[in-house]
Amino acid sequence: MNEMTPPTAAERTDKLQGMGCRRKRVEDVRFTQGRGNYVDDLKLPGMLYGDFVRSSYGHARIKSIDTSKAKAVPGVVAVLTAADLAPLKLHWMPTLAGDVQMVLADGKVLFQNQEIAFVVANDRYVAADAAELVEVEYEELPPLVDPFKAMAPDAPVLREDLAGKTSGAHGPRKHHNHIFEWTVGDREATDLAFRDAEVTIKEMLSYQRVHPSPLETCQCVASFDKIKGELTLWGTFQAPHVVRTVAAILSGIPEHKIHVIAPDIGGGFGNKVGVYPGYVCSVVASIVTGKPVKWVEDRIENLSATAFARDYHMTTEIAATKDGKVTGLRVHVLADHGAFDACADPSKWPAGFFNIVTGSYDFPTAHCSVDGVYTNKAPGGVAYRCSFRVTEAAYCIERGMDILAQKLGMDPAELRLKNFVRREQFPYQSALGWEYDSGDYHTALRQGMEKVGYTALRAEQKAKQEAFRRGETREIMGVGVCFFTEIVGAGPSKNCDILGIAMFDSCEIRIHPTGAAIARMGTKSQGQGHETTYAQIIASEIGIPADDIMVEEGNTDTAPYGLGTYGSRSTPVAGAAIATAARKIKAKAQMIAAYLLEVHHDDVEFDIDRFRVKGLPEKFKTMKEISWAAYNAVPPGLEPGLEAVSYYDPPNMTYPFGAYICVMDIDVDTGVCKVRRFYALDDCGTRINPMIIEGQVHGGLTEAFAIAMGQEIAYDEIGNVKGASLMDFFLPTAVETPKWETDFTVTPSPHHPIGAKGVGESPNVGGVPAFSNAVNDAFAFLGNTHIQMPHDAWRVWQAGQKLGV
Amino acid sequence: MIPGTFDYHRPKSVSEAVALLADLGEDARPLAGGHSLIPMMKLRLAVPRALVDLAAIADLRGVRRAGTDIVIGATTTIAELIASAELAVALPIIRETALVIADPQVRARGTIGGNVANGDPGNDLPALMQCLGASYQIAGHAGTREIAARAFYQGAYFTALAPGEVLTGIRIAPPPAGHGWAYEKLKRKVGDYATAAAALVLTMRGGQVASAAIGLTNVGDTPLFAEDAARILTGSALDKATVDRAVAAAEAITSPASDGRGPAEYRTKMAGVMLRRALVRAAARATH
Amino acid sequence: MAKTHVTMTVNGQAVEGLVEPRTLLIHFLRENLSLTGAHIGCETSHCGACTVDLDGQSVKSCTVFAVQAQGADIRTIEGMANPDGTLHALQDGFREMHGLQCGFCTPGMILRAYRLLQENPNPTEDEIRMGISGNLCRCTGYQNIVAAIQYAAAKLSAPQEQAA
Repeated sequence: MNEMTPPTAAERTDKLQGMGCRRKRVEDVRFTQGRGNYVDDLKLPGMLYGDFVRSSYGHARIKSIDTSKAKAVPGVVAVLTAADLAPLKLHWMPTLAGDVQMVLADGKVLFQNQEIAFVVANDRYVAADAAELVEVEYEELPPLVDPFKAMAPDAPVLREDLAGKTSGAHGPRKHHNHIFEWTVGDREATDLAFRDAEVTIKEMLSYQRVHPSPLETCQCVASFDKIKGELTLWGTFQAPHVVRTVAAILSGIPEHKIHVIAPDIGGGFGNKVGVYPGYVCSVVASIVTGKPVKWVEDRIENLSATAFARDYHMTTEIAATKDGKVTGLRVHVLADHGAFDACADPSKWPAGFFNIVTGSYDFPTAHCSVDGVYTNKAPGGVAYRCSFRVTEAAYCIERGMDILAQKLGMDPAELRLKNFVRREQFPYQSALGWEYDSGDYHTALRQGMEKVGYTALRAEQKAKQEAFRRGETREIMGVGVCFFTEIVGAGPSKNCDILGIAMFDSCEIRIHPTGAAIARMGTKSQGQGHETTYAQIIASEIGIPADDIMVEEGNTDTAPYGLGTYGSRSTPVAGAAIATAARKIKAKAQMIAAYLLEVHHDDVEFDIDRFRVKGLPEKFKTMKEISWAAYNAVPPGLEPGLEAVSYYDPPNMTYPFGAYICVMDIDVDTGVCKVRRFYALDDCGTRINPMIIEGQVHGGLTEAFAIAMGQEIAYDEIGNVKGASLMDFFLPTAVETPKWETDFTVTPSPHHPIGAKGVGESPNVGGVPAFSNAVNDAFAFLGNTHIQMPHDAWRVWQAGQKLGV
Repeated sequence: MIPGTFDYHRPKSVSEAVALLADLGEDARPLAGGHSLIPMMKLRLAVPRALVDLAAIADLRGVRRAGTDIVIGATTTIAELIASAELAVALPIIRETALVIADPQVRARGTIGGNVANGDPGNDLPALMQCLGASYQIAGHAGTREIAARAFYQGAYFTALAPGEVLTGIRIAPPPAGHGWAYEKLKRKVGDYATAAAALVLTMRGGQVASAAIGLTNVGDTPLFAEDAARILTGSALDKATVDRAVAAAEAITSPASDGRGPAEYRTKMAGVMLRRALVRAAARATH
Repeated sequence: MAKTHVTMTVNGQAVEGLVEPRTLLIHFLRENLSLTGAHIGCETSHCGACTVDLDGQSVKSCTVFAVQAQGADIRTIEGMANPDGTLHALQDGFREMHGLQCGFCTPGMILRAYRLLQENPNPTEDEIRMGISGNLCRCTGYQNIVAAIQYAAAKLSAPQEQAA
């Protein structure tokens, strides 16, 4: 061995597979062989199955529930109703948004498919049969479907439990169907800006109700051990530690006797953050029966009962000078929260971080207010592949800027370039209260415009418009520009908590004597590839090959407490915790190395996978050697072992940004829109694994495409949910899905230990306005100002008809 | 989504199947590919007490010649229609239509018999069968009979098939060589039913339409045979005014539902657009 | 409910079980045989997560009764590896080209791609996209799945080219 040429620095770096390399995913080894371990794969001896009886009506009083026929079915073990849960005070549960929600219908139902009874049987087929036999007698009540009618004086009273409550978790309530009003910004200054404005625009921009719809639905297995008094709960949990705490608070079981395990998760996208009635009922059923109870949601239940997203109706006004400098932004949002306010936002943020709505632009002043209302629809309001209400905000400002550009007769890209926050303004204080960490917007947009040949596209568009006017073609062309700034990585304890728990995250790293390691975090991957990328951070930080590091998440007994994975917080928060834990280990390793090398610790320096004596590179100790020494030859006064825990409370959010450009061709005779080209430039700061980043961007863009071009959870006028199956709910196949071009710039976050910002949600946040702007841009020359989403064929056709095509 | 309970039968012959259906009564259903029936059963919108699986009846499967006609067995899968060399030559519109039905896995199981017999107005093949002037061969306790596709459909999920009867085959007289054809389908995504679709077969003589037949999919309670539209086209050189009149005649017979695919007005117009586009493609394909 | 005895071959092994006529093939595979690779995603035959190979065709096993598969020859993701234990080119391809994220659609997607390549060993990109249009993926946007299948197609056809 000694005769061999020592590996070069580059070879040593490659061997680590650290940050910046396209490391293949370790998860894939099991997933490609069918050896994933998802909740429904779990089988326990004596396991029972739960199935729900759900409401046929959107709003009705329950006169009676007869479970006798269901209970008589052989194999049925229990049928739970609110009456059974009431003595345990579990017929209602608190939501993350400070409201309460029925676990099982208590006297009335408030949305179609609401949970009424939970049938438990020894077989899932028997449970389904018995659920059919539960007889519910209803008295129909007037349904409230349209959020714009929620606060009418004569609107039906939905939440009788709140009678007389003039204030809620977020301040005063104006009406029996009002939840909260949240305001931010300088109202007077903004009014003044509009009073003095040379040009203003005003448009009501609706972001329809959609659903995250991961391919795996929500599911759990609850197993209560009566002898030990311990509860084990396996489930599709994006935030398992929070679930444990909530379970302890709700059930009264001491938290140390609750074991929450999130195994492999088949996609989450925000659907698997909250606590659902199915989880509570499974736990109760396990306690009652003494047996493990499995609950697996079907697709219709998933789409119609757990966690919708959006339903934001944003009246948007921008004030500007004649030459296109923005002077003020005013937004009022009517937020339809459904029957219960079950948004999964940080506690103090009833409208999430919607106040990122000033976007990438230097607005001198702005004001924003949000009214949340109840309707007879499913609860939710989750952050579907976005940080809290950030996709709504991005849609609002990016459509608004296009509408302003149209009014000014300016090119939408030019208007953006004119109003961007400039590079030298960072850290930038926005008019609505955020401190943007870093950015270089002009570079990113100009790079994008150059790559797509923006000028040529506009020329082609103009030629096509003329051809259309001459009757030579029935196809029109749109170019959608979007420049988004996100706010992710919740978040600093000074303003972010969930149920009072600060939104830090955590990492524990243990280096074993042979130099292999295990690392555990408080987050939980649902496909993001944490097992792969987290190891890359550690590899670069402390010089152990990523292949020698096992990353484990999701078991609350072994992982340090963390707030979970959503809102693109894993890299900004847990990623920082990983780096800081690794640096603690590195500091100790330095002491050990210096001791072994018989020099002062200030005289050694880190070099890829080793510590070497400064000025004497041939004198070194590899991390492998140091690891071994950590267990048998530590310097006097130092404890043996090589491990560290870090809980990271971020000083600020991170602010990823990007420039997206969509080229769309539209057949006006059918309304069919075809994406010819989609270019996505993302700046997520330091890039840990470009392969995974690109994959995240592809996936997020595909979800954005689905949302903009077809997804909708709609209700008819009497509160029946429409389109709640994959026949109607638009999940595009490989055929409809466009091809994606990815690009990047790198502007590291100055406050993050490794400069990373998070990327998983950017493509959704930036993608939706890019598609919508493309559709709207195509029709702009015919006089169009705004067409509401989703841009499915019939709506686009209808818009064209209105414009006289 | 769990189906209700049922008894399962797997007869080896048509006569056995028919006898079973007669014995079991109205709560029994024949099962072919199951890709309409099983989802309905999982939603408990269909709760048959017995299923008579036709899969083991070898006679029911495959494409064969009967004189100049082609007979397609009822349990021939959509995938087999696509793969059939015989059909590719004689009835290329069947392949074109089959390729836009559902997705590869569904086409592997779904059958032509199930597609045409269950009366779902969303299915693509019924309108095509009307366009082609196909007749359905039906076996029942009382014997066999044949009924024209154009007379088969009575309403959504209501057909001329009596309880206890089984559709065993479809007989089609292929249009003359050199005919033009097109199946034009607008849908939201792969796997979806048509927003509107048009099946068209025509022959041309001396630059004029010698014959035309048109079927429309999913724009009414049943597939629609657009007889007037076809008559208007016949004898024309497909000039714009005539095509406009034919399209208007086709639109006039539609009465689509308003659903997630769009409001009725839109779907009616799309039936017209599909017909217009089918005409262009079919005329281009017609060789004389 | 009376149970029916079914026998079939799964991944080359003869298997049997007692099932209700209504037992779906996906449940027979997952519950009776503990082959949990194929998943249930939509139950209405749209998502394809339950795709397995049945008598030389890709089928959605959530829309087939186990009794219908009496005597059938079935292959699932658990039977995809080569006889020598190495992974199939598709399994390699999905990892090499980052063709999966959450992994939930992957078994169905690989089984569908397997049959596609049996039928069409050198598909174009459009043919691949059409070929997997019965399988939904929520994570990848399909682009890398297409690349993974192209990778496998190239790898599988390489030895033949050498021989020629």
